[in-house]
Amino acid sequence: MSEEIRHEWPLFEVFVRAKRGLNHVHVGSLRAADHEMALHHARDLYTRRNEGVSIWVVRSDDVVSSGPEDKDAFFAPSGDKVYRHPTYYSIPDSVPHI
Amino acid sequence: MSFADDAYGALTDHDDDARWAYGTGFADPLAGVPTTVAGDVDRADLAAYCLMLGDDALVMSHRLQQWVTRAPELEDELALANIGLDLLGQARLLLGRAGEVEGAGRDEDALAYLRDAGEFRNVRLAERGDADFAHLVARLLVFSCWRLALLDRLTASRDPVLAAIGAKGVKEVTYHREYAAQWVVRLGDGTDLSHARMRAAMEAVLPLAGELFSTHEIEARLAAAGVAVDPALLRAEFDEAMNQVLDAATLTGLPGAAAAAQGRDGEHGPELGEILAEMQELARALPGGVW
Amino acid sequence: MSDVAVAPESAGERAFAETIEKDQRVEPRDWMPEGYRKTMIRQIAQHAHSEIIGMQPEGAWITRAPTLRRKAILLAKVQDEAGHGLYLYSAAETLGADRGDLTRRLIEGRQKYSSIFNYPTLTFADVGVIGWLVDGAAICNQVPLCRSSFGPYARAMIRICKEESFHQRQGYELLMTMMSGTPEQRAMVQDATNRWWWPSLMMFGPPDADSPNSAQSMAWKIKRHSNDELRQRFVDMTVPQAEALGVTLPDPELRWNAERGRHDFGEIDWVEFKKVIAGGGPLNAERIAHRRRADEEGAWVREAAAAHAAKATRRRETGA
Ligand SMILES: [Fe+2]
Ligand SMILES: [Fe+2]
Repeated sequence: MSEEIRHEWPLFEVFVRAKRGLNHVHVGSLRAADHEMALHHARDLYTRRNEGVSIWVVRSDDVVSSGPEDKDAFFAPSGDKVYRHPTYYSIPDSVPHI
Repeated sequence: MSFADDAYGALTDHDDDARWAYGTGFADPLAGVPTTVAGDVDRADLAAYCLMLGDDALVMSHRLQQWVTRAPELEDELALANIGLDLLGQARLLLGRAGEVEGAGRDEDALAYLRDAGEFRNVRLAERGDADFAHLVARLLVFSCWRLALLDRLTASRDPVLAAIGAKGVKEVTYHREYAAQWVVRLGDGTDLSHARMRAAMEAVLPLAGELFSTHEIEARLAAAGVAVDPALLRAEFDEAMNQVLDAATLTGLPGAAAAAQGRDGEHGPELGEILAEMQELARALPGGVW
Repeated sequence: MSDVAVAPESAGERAFAETIEKDQRVEPRDWMPEGYRKTMIRQIAQHAHSEIIGMQPEGAWITRAPTLRRKAILLAKVQDEAGHGLYLYSAAETLGADRGDLTRRLIEGRQKYSSIFNYPTLTFADVGVIGWLVDGAAICNQVPLCRSSFGPYARAMIRICKEESFHQRQGYELLMTMMSGTPEQRAMVQDATNRWWWPSLMMFGPPDADSPNSAQSMAWKIKRHSNDELRQRFVDMTVPQAEALGVTLPDPELRWNAERGRHDFGEIDWVEFKKVIAGGGPLNAERIAHRRRADEEGAWVREAAAAHAAKATRRRETGA
């Protein structure tokens, strides 16, 4: 048989908010024909044990991501900006609430 | 990781991994619900009514269980199992209540496994076999539209246990109806082949709906007492929900409900006999067995 | 990109080697050796197939479960296995594999699954013994995979292992209950233990001396323990469980070796092992045929859903 067999349905990425106050977190993917089906499937697949209070689904081919080859250009430049961090600044211990 | 000591202990390494945490909040739906029966309610009627609603769920769940490992896609395995589990849960609560009200020492298992077909009170719609996936979603849609309307009204029952079961069931069956409705629309609107199969399924299933709205004498008495739901009152709500789905599914000119069968009185087709032969085989083969 | 004359492959190779060396996770878009990618896709796909085929032996008992509580537990358990298959297919798809293609490989017999599922489930005690021994052996194999070097696989395994512990415990609890029942029930438990013990030991794969791919998988940290080590671990954990249950494990050579601090046990029938692996197991053809039938009978449904989705998109775009 050929290698060209593709699933009839597109791939969706699933993000679940575990409880109120937390971000949605990527948990995996699934196959679905449309967004409504993807939401249903995500509920059945990824929240069988009360793991979630909210779900996002996104078509996998709509996700734009940085690649490992972008790593230096994207993430290294922030590495030397230590002045963005509060501990960079020395304040006498005697000064309260800061 | 101390795999050398305990293979499973290694799992605790990941307990801080909130993504996979089990949820919490698993609760007994009947916790704190008073179980007494009001003095003016006929206990035999109430037990029979619990059996009606319980048998509907038990038999429908059995049909869903038969789809396990046969669903059209793996994601639907999970969906159908969830629906089957919800209905099985409703059945257990209702049969348990029936046994408790009856007061003859029969528990959920005695009622599920040791009654013959003539003692089952489910509607015929629940027992009908599914020739294909279109038949399943047609049956599930009809069943869920009706049961949702019923459970919704049951939340106002004077019997606190029935009211609690209704409240729990409404959340579950809302999802079942949504699942079935989406599939009926997809198949009705999808391809020529799926449209033809969805139509054939609806033509086979809709005539069975007549029974759903005919009021049994037990239902009439208990409805008058504020305990049960008179199913005749559910028709308008059912029709509205069904028509909305069938329109979206481009399915028109379908047959109406036919004359009522009498599943509520224990008159069933041969299919219920087949279901019970399968379901009860092992439990009856080993009397005195504990599981 | 920098114009320093470094071939991108070698930079990738260095990064990959460093990731493995530092015990960090390889992520799907990282450079990885072609052999690593192929091995990962094959291993994850075979694992996913095993979960899905593994639904069948126990799935056959759901409608016949002898109490409603056991019925609910078993339905939830078999449902979990479908979930496990999906978590794993999802991990394989991060590497560019397509689930449609992987399914095709399974139902055409071109990709393997765990041969344990080619044995029949003759009585309800098999449900308990599968939970206890088969899920137990799976946990033994899988706990170390939670630290496997490929990120999506390791993460899927964490979730799966958590769910598997429910599977093992429900099985053992069922067996304990049955052992407290009638003599006939106790005999059922012993009989099922006899039938599943050796196949469970085979789940750990060929002996180390005969396991050609293991060294590379260990070097890549896909695998973290040898087959024989995990098998020994499983035997050591299971013996006291069998004692507590009151069943005998069907191996006359099984005994505690105080010197080694471990159990000695008899030789596995490797001829039988190879036969079952090669597709000669009792139910190999049926398992594949069943999965193929479900896939084929579902095709019109999946196509209809795709057609409806396309129509709905068109309608939205034309404003109809
Ligand atoms: Fe599993
Ligand atoms: Fe399992």
